[in-house]
Amino acid sequence: MKKKESILKPKGRVRGGARLPHNKHTAEMESVIIAPPEKVIISMSQHIGAPCEPTVKAGDKVFVGSVIGDTDAFVSAPIHSSVSGEVVEITTIRMPAGNEVKAVVIASDGEMTPDPDIKPPKVETVEDLLAAARASGLVGLGGAGFPAHIKLKPSADKPLDTLIINGAECEPFITADYRECMENPEDILGGVYLIKKLLGIENVIIGVEDNKPKAIKTLYEIAADKQDVDDKVKLMKLKSRYPQGAEKVLIYSATKRKLPLGKLPSDIGCIVMNITSISFLYRYIRTGMPLVTKRITVDGNAVTEPKNLIVPIGTPISYVLDYCKAENPEKVMMGGPMMGIAVYDTALPILKQNNAILAFNGNQAKSKPMTDCIRCGRCMRACPMGLTPAPVELAIKNPKVEELNSLNVMYCMECGSCAFACPAGRPLTAVMRLAKNEIRKAGK
Amino acid sequence: MQKMNITASPHIASADNTSGIMLDVIFALLPATICGIFFYGFYALLLVAVSVAAAVAAEYLWCLAVKKESSLRDLSAIVTGLLLALNLPPTLPLWMAALGSAVAIVVVKQMFGGIGHNFANPAITARIVLMVSFPTAMTTFVDPFAAADTVSTATPLSGSQEFATDITRLFFGNYSGCIGETSSVLLLAGGIYLVLRRVITPEIPLAFFASAAGLSALLGLNPELGAQGPLETLLTGGLMIGAIFMATDYVTSPPNRLGKIVFGVGCGIITVVIRTFGNLPEGVSFAILLMNILTPHITRLTTGKPFGAEGKADEK
Repeated sequence: MKKKESILKPKGRVRGGARLPHNKHTAEMESVIIAPPEKVIISMSQHIGAPCEPTVKAGDKVFVGSVIGDTDAFVSAPIHSSVSGEVVEITTIRMPAGNEVKAVVIASDGEMTPDPDIKPPKVETVEDLLAAARASGLVGLGGAGFPAHIKLKPSADKPLDTLIINGAECEPFITADYRECMENPEDILGGVYLIKKLLGIENVIIGVEDNKPKAIKTLYEIAADKQDVDDKVKLMKLKSRYPQGAEKVLIYSATKRKLPLGKLPSDIGCIVMNITSISFLYRYIRTGMPLVTKRITVDGNAVTEPKNLIVPIGTPISYVLDYCKAENPEKVMMGGPMMGIAVYDTALPILKQNNAILAFNGNQAKSKPMTDCIRCGRCMRACPMGLTPAPVELAIKNPKVEELNSLNVMYCMECGSCAFACPAGRPLTAVMRLAKNEIRKAGK
Repeated sequence: MQKMNITASPHIASADNTSGIMLDVIFALLPATICGIFFYGFYALLLVAVSVAAAVAAEYLWCLAVKKESSLRDLSAIVTGLLLALNLPPTLPLWMAALGSAVAIVVVKQMFGGIGHNFANPAITARIVLMVSFPTAMTTFVDPFAAADTVSTATPLSGSQEFATDITRLFFGNYSGCIGETSSVLLLAGGIYLVLRRVITPEIPLAFFASAAGLSALLGLNPELGAQGPLETLLTGGLMIGAIFMATDYVTSPPNRLGKIVFGVGCGIITVVIRTFGNLPEGVSFAILLMNILTPHITRLTTGKPFGAEGKADEK
C-alpha cells in the first residue's frame, strides 16, 4: 500500500534575490494554437554550442518536422521546419545580442502537413534515449538552450542520484511552464518515470513555486497514484522568490548542495531539467514530432489581450504581437523582464528557448532615472551569489583583471536582482556583464 | 521599422529611489523633532528651521559654484540639516547652527564628491566641529518647558546626582538634552518605521545597543569606575538617535551584515569607554566618527565568499 506523503519543503534557502511583482495575468488562460504566419524565419542557432548548417536550399519542399539544419558538432541540436511549404531563401539575421546567424526562410502553404517520415522512436535503452533527445531537437526550454542529449548523457565517474525538474518559473509575467503543468501533466510525469528508469536515478524532485498551488496539486495527484511505487518522485513547494529557478539556487533549495563555479550539476550528482523540456521529450517519444512549436506567454502593458500562444518556431515577433493586439509597443523583450533581451526589431523570429514575448510602453518601458550611488548596499544584499556589484561598478571604470577576479565577478549569473534593487537606477547587471567580458578577453 | 527602446536586462526595477529613502528618514525623525519643539519651545523650532535652511542653501550654492547639477532633489541636504539640529542644545545661537550645517554640507560632503562619497557622517562631523569650536554653547542645556534664558542645567550625562535615574522620564525624553535626542520612545518608533520600510536593517542599532549595554553592565561590576547602568546608557545622550539614525548612514557604514555587526559593536564599546573613562560627557559622536573611518577596512575584512566558494578552495 502506498502512503501519501506530504509535499516536500525546500531543504535550503539561498540568501538575497528579489521580491518581484508576479504579474502572472495569463496563468488561467488556456494555450491557443495560432495559424502559421505566411513566412517563418528559422534561426540556425537556437542553442548553446555550434550553430547548425542549413541542410535545405531555396526551392526545396519541406514539411512540419523536416530537418532543415544540422551539424556534426557535439554540442548542438538539429533544427526542424515548423511549417509545411517551400524554402524561400537562406539568409542571415542579426540577433538582439549583435551576432549574425544563418536562417532558413520558409513560405508556409498553410496546410501544416507533417513530414511523412515521422514516427515515434523506439526508446528502450539509454542510447535510444540520447538518440531520441538529439533527434527531437530538444534544448533547455527554460531559456538557456543547452542541448538535452548532452545533459542526459551519463558518465561513469559522475553517478547521478537526483533528477530535479525545474517548474519554478520565477520570472514575472511568464506562465508558459505553468500552462504545461496544467495542460500536459501526464507527459511531465511520463518523462520523469522514463528518465528515472533509464538513467537509474533514485530521487526525483519536481520543484514548483508556491504561487502555483494548482500546478503542485495536479502534479502531486498524478505522481501519487501512478507508477511511482517506491514514492521517490516528490513535489517540492518552492518559495516564490526570484531567482528561485536559477540552476544553482534550485539545486540548493532541493538538495542543500552548492554548485561550485565552473562545475556542472552532474558533478554534484544532480541533473536539472526544465519542466516543459521533460514534457516535450516524452511527447516526442510518444509521437515522433520534433520541437517545432513553442508555448509563449505574450504580455506586458502594451498588449491588449495577453495570452499563452502555441506558435511555430520562427514566427516573427510582430505576428504574435499583432495577434494579441499590442498597441504602440516601445520596448519588446524575448523572455522575462529580469533576464530577457530587448529586441531592436519585431521582425526577428521566435526561438526554441523563448518562453515569453513582452511588450511595454509608457512608464513600463522607461528605465529608472540614474542618480549617484548612495552605497546603500541593496545590490549586495540582493545578490544570490553573495557578490558586491557596487564596487564592481567602480572597478570597471579602469578595469584590471586581478581586481575584477578578486571581486569574484565570474560567479555572476546575470539574474538582474542587483539592478532591480538599486534605488539609484545604476545598470549594475550590465556592469557585471562587462566585468565578465573583461576577464574572458584577458583569458584569451 | 518602429524605433525600439533597447536596454540591458533587467527591464523592471524596484520602486525605491534616493529621494524616497531620504523622505522616509525625514518622516522617521519627525515625531522626535516635534517632541523636541514641544519640550523646548519656539526657539527649538527656529534652530531646526535655520539648520535645515542653511544645509539646503549650502548645497544649492555649492552646486552653483562648481557648476554641478543641483542635488537638492535627493533631499539628503534636508536630512543632514535636520539631523544636525536634533543634535544641538536648544539654546545654541542660530548662527552657530547655520555654520554647522554649512560645514556638514560643504566640507564633509561636497568636498569629497557629494552624496555617496563622504567618508564620515556629515551631521556627526559638523556636531564635533561645533563641539570643539564652541564648547560652552554646545553644552548649555535647559530643562524642558523652561524659557531659554533661564539658568542652564546639567544633563544626566554630566553625572549630576539630582538625576536619580528616573528611567520613565528618560524614556519619554522629558529631561534636558539636545533638541531631538531625548525622547527614546519616539526615536525607537522612528527606527522601527525605517526597518519596516526596509530603509535600514536592524543590525547596526541592535549591535550598538547590545555592546553599549553589555559593556556598561560589565563596568558596573566595579562601582568605583562610576559607569552608567545599562538602561541609562541606552536612554541618555545621543545614543538612541546616533545608533538608529547616524550610525546607519549608508555611505559611512559597512553594507554587509557581518560588517554592520562589527561596526555597531565598535560604536557601542567606544561610546561607553569615552563616557566612563574620558573627560568628555558624550562619546556617541566620536564613536561613530571613528567607526566611519574604519568602515572600508571592516567591509574588506568581513565580506564573505561567494555562493559555492565557501570552505575549501575549488579543486579544478
